Amino acid sequence: MSLLQITDLSLSIHAYEILKRVNLTIAPGEIVAVTGESGSGKSMTALAVMQLLPGGARASGSIQLDGQEILTLPEAQMCALRGAAVGMVFQEPMTALNPVKTIGDQVMETILIHEAMTPDRAEERAREVLTRVGLPPDRFPLSRYPHELSGGQRQRVVIAMAIALRPKLLIADEPTTALDVTTQAQILDLLKGLVQEYGMGMLMITHDLAVVADMADHITVMRHGEVVEAAPTQRLLTGMSHPYTRMLFAASDHRVTLPAPPPPAPLLKVSDVVRDYALPRTRLFARPGHHRAVDHVSFTLNRGERLGLVGESGCGKSTLTRAILGLEPVQSGEIRLAGQPVFDGKRANPEIRRRMQVVFQDPYGSFNPRHRVDRLVTEPFHLLDTPPTGSERSDRIAEMLTAVGLSPDDAGKYIHEFSGGQRQRIAIARALIIRPQLILFDEAVSALDVSVRAQILDLLAQLCSEYDLTYLFISHDLSVVRTITDRVLVMQSGRIVEQGDTEQVFSDPAHPYTRALIAAAPQLPETGARQA
Amino acid sequence: MLRYSLKRALSLTISLAIASLVIFAVIEIAPGDPASFMLGVNAQPDTLAALRTELGLDQSKAERYVSWVTGMLRGDFGTSYTYRTPVSQMIADRLWVSLPLALYALALSTAIALPAGIYAAARRGKPGDLAVMGATQLGVAVPNFWFAMMLVLIFAINLRWFNAGGFAGWDKGLVAGLHSLTLPAIALALPQAAILARVMRSALLDILGEDFMRTARAKGLTRRQALWRHGLRNALIPVLTIIGLQFSFLLAGSIIIEQVFYLPGLGRLVFQAISARDLIVVESVVMLLVFAVITVNFLVDLAYAAVDPRLRSRT
Amino acid sequence: MSRNLILGAGLSSLVVLAALLSFVWTPYDYAALNIPAKLQTPNGQHWFGTDHFGRDMFSMIMVGARTSIAVALLAVGIGMSLGVPLGLTAAARKGSWLDELIMRGNDLVFAFPSLVIAILITAVFGAGAVNAIIAIGIFNIPVFARITRGAALSLWEREFILAARVAGKGAARISAEHILPNVANLLIVQGTIQFSLGILAEAGLSYVGLGAQPPTPSWGRMLADAQTMVSFAPHLALIPGLAIILTVLGLNLMGDGLRDWLDPRLRVART
Repeated sequence: MSLLQITDLSLSIHAYEILKRVNLTIAPGEIVAVTGESGSGKSMTALAVMQLLPGGARASGSIQLDGQEILTLPEAQMCALRGAAVGMVFQEPMTALNPVKTIGDQVMETILIHEAMTPDRAEERAREVLTRVGLPPDRFPLSRYPHELSGGQRQRVVIAMAIALRPKLLIADEPTTALDVTTQAQILDLLKGLVQEYGMGMLMITHDLAVVADMADHITVMRHGEVVEAAPTQRLLTGMSHPYTRMLFAASDHRVTLPAPPPPAPLLKVSDVVRDYALPRTRLFARPGHHRAVDHVSFTLNRGERLGLVGESGCGKSTLTRAILGLEPVQSGEIRLAGQPVFDGKRANPEIRRRMQVVFQDPYGSFNPRHRVDRLVTEPFHLLDTPPTGSERSDRIAEMLTAVGLSPDDAGKYIHEFSGGQRQRIAIARALIIRPQLILFDEAVSALDVSVRAQILDLLAQLCSEYDLTYLFISHDLSVVRTITDRVLVMQSGRIVEQGDTEQVFSDPAHPYTRALIAAAPQLPETGARQA
Repeated sequence: MLRYSLKRALSLTISLAIASLVIFAVIEIAPGDPASFMLGVNAQPDTLAALRTELGLDQSKAERYVSWVTGMLRGDFGTSYTYRTPVSQMIADRLWVSLPLALYALALSTAIALPAGIYAAARRGKPGDLAVMGATQLGVAVPNFWFAMMLVLIFAINLRWFNAGGFAGWDKGLVAGLHSLTLPAIALALPQAAILARVMRSALLDILGEDFMRTARAKGLTRRQALWRHGLRNALIPVLTIIGLQFSFLLAGSIIIEQVFYLPGLGRLVFQAISARDLIVVESVVMLLVFAVITVNFLVDLAYAAVDPRLRSRT
Repeated sequence: MSRNLILGAGLSSLVVLAALLSFVWTPYDYAALNIPAKLQTPNGQHWFGTDHFGRDMFSMIMVGARTSIAVALLAVGIGMSLGVPLGLTAAARKGSWLDELIMRGNDLVFAFPSLVIAILITAVFGAGAVNAIIAIGIFNIPVFARITRGAALSLWEREFILAARVAGKGAARISAEHILPNVANLLIVQGTIQFSLGILAEAGLSYVGLGAQPPTPSWGRMLADAQTMVSFAPHLALIPGLAIILTVLGLNLMGDGLRDWLDPRLRVART
């Protein structure tokens, strides 16, 4: 008999249809992954099983856990199930724990709320569980507060709370999306091990197809609240029957062809750059310590070259980006563009600034919501001594919008009228409009759904041929960097640990850290999708 | 924790020092000579000079500032220009009315507002919530001194449960004292309770949207358990700020409310002093009020650290 | 538009209209004494009754609205015109000594409630409506500085501000062009709230004699005059009190309504 049986589950919140006749089965010991792009309803499916839906939600159909119907279960009995029979792990470990309670208290709470026992016994159990998830109490005392732990460690605490009572079903909603690749690999291993050891069923929600292919026994693909395809992992990977599934897999592993770079001629020279941040004083009269975000970094970016910069969060890549853009001073070393220093004494050099532009990650935060598109894309004109006016200005706007695949008529619209992918196109238009010599892409495709990401990568490749772009592509996503750059820098703890031709670095990494990164990144298996 | 407290204490001291300078400077601008004001136009020059020496008015501004501040540190607030008695004695007598009144009102306001705010948040959008919110909307709009007049009209003049004004004095016993402060305290407390209840409700509702509240529910806690165990302590952080701010409003408000109930508190003292141009009394009362506000804010800062472990370890 | 906004705006404009109308027309001369007609309860001739000097309460309420609005409005003006630039500057120079100075200065002013400032000013310069304006206005400065800084700080973290910096724009220009328009809604809402608090504060100050002086009518002083007569002429206290309550209620409802109406997050959800 199956552990979880979802039959014809439909869900609407107020007037919006969120789920349409969803079917799903999980057997004990089985990992079922539900995947899809944003708005597919995958997270709502998980919340429906927990009956933790937002207000105004109405569900119909059936969700049976171990033969017991959940949709009609009174709230009191549902509370008895949550945490005991079903555990749940969430996406954001940074906010999933109560900041004012110790981790020991929070793990013990799961135990004490369901089973009557002395606090001593519960503490003992909490110790065991925390040890099992990799937080042995001799190194991570129960009296720690969440803010004293890293993201990965916090996620382990959340997992400990979810599995403390050995539930029959574990629901993991994007459990590693907020984590770095190396941490992600460890957490996925932990989850896999727990499923095997406890014989739990696991419902895993994720947008990352490589993770899905790696973890799941069974895959369910969703779109707009409907299941488009569901099959055992092997069968789904080898014979995708639905075009959407094929598109999704193809887009996840999208490759582009870049035109050949011109012969090397240095454009950007970063020499021995150091950037320190002062830490808050630890003692009243002691000198404040500092954190070295960028540690003696040197590299050269050639004209016409597409250079990648990869590294995990906190490695200093964002700080380096800001330093190159002249937004922050550096403590020592020098950054020169076309032979001139980016930072001129105490201020950014305007001569150099107008030769650089940037595209940021967040398609929603990158634009002033109160300005129209024409004003947004022409903002860099501020850098020019004689900005174009009148028809010249509108011609430039029209040209740029066309170049990024939008219409010149879009100039009169406000930014909220555009989707995430379109906004990223507008961001590229804004960066291109003064024809900079160098563009920095700071995680520019990281917030996009895979299908949109593939389109933006295509656009970049096309712009490379049309405008001879030179760019620095900063990303944590190895598969994207691999296809969109000629050469790559690998950054760890403020240092460049390896650099070289992209293909060379990826196929034959020299530094142990690069090897660890590549090994940790989940790989999409070869499928029949690429030809589709 | 200790370092955090020391840092707060240092900033408390600096604030007090600057506040005293500001108050002293403002009073210095006042036109006219207190000594000639006290003795009238026909005063003899030598009596005037003697009085000026007695009051310390012949010293330089800096000297007078220093002796004022060091005096206050010893509990000596100087001598009243009009009554010729020590200001500290006058203030101490009045403080025994004003301070208990403010604290009584603060206790009432907190005792009413927190349960009301929690109740409304737990029943968001339901009739109970709407009723509480409607009442607070009205409560915020009511001037406390007008409310006090209405209380007098109803409970003192018509029902005769309380006296319309005056203070029994603490020597008549705690109950008698509190009895005569009850109507003033209610008048002060209810409008502030309306504000506090709204803050409590919205702080809790903000917390209810946090991820860790969903985690708590996923553990099997009921909505109510999650609210009490995880919501409340986090919601207290903004609520503490408002309670701290309210103390200063209550203390200032008590000055006005004392006028309605003819209470012999700081308010009466300060208004008499203003009309008599007894600036040393005004100066000292104002400094005392500011001292109370700054000290309460310091205590609130310490309470933060007790509630929020992130503050304890970070700085 | 919500019911709150319509009701609030309705009440508020009623009071403003009454105040404006009082410049050209009141039913009676608000200062005219008519002892034979004293202490009348509301009736056909005197809609709100008469006071102990036989003055027409309706006319006094109309002219009193003028005082209340003028004091509260000017106090909000002082608070905004000084507080907003301070808040913008502090946010633009976050963490610098200037930021520190502005914020500590704010904390210090917060330690002086309006009433205390009014006491100080009155002690030195004597009583008057200008004192009330300055006292309430000074207390408004840190309110606006704080709320502006808080909102501006989170905006400075946004990527569109980084983009503007990459476009070579300086802190002053970014503050004016990008930050201010995006905090304007918040300031309008806070302005409404401070306006209503100003009306309450003005009433309190004139009640204790620190506000507008005779013969200028003000709601707070009407209440002070009514105090000794409340047992036999309760309408003298009820009517100015209700005028204050309805005005403040109207402004608060309007503030709440504006907040919901102007909040772009809510508006996106609605479309």
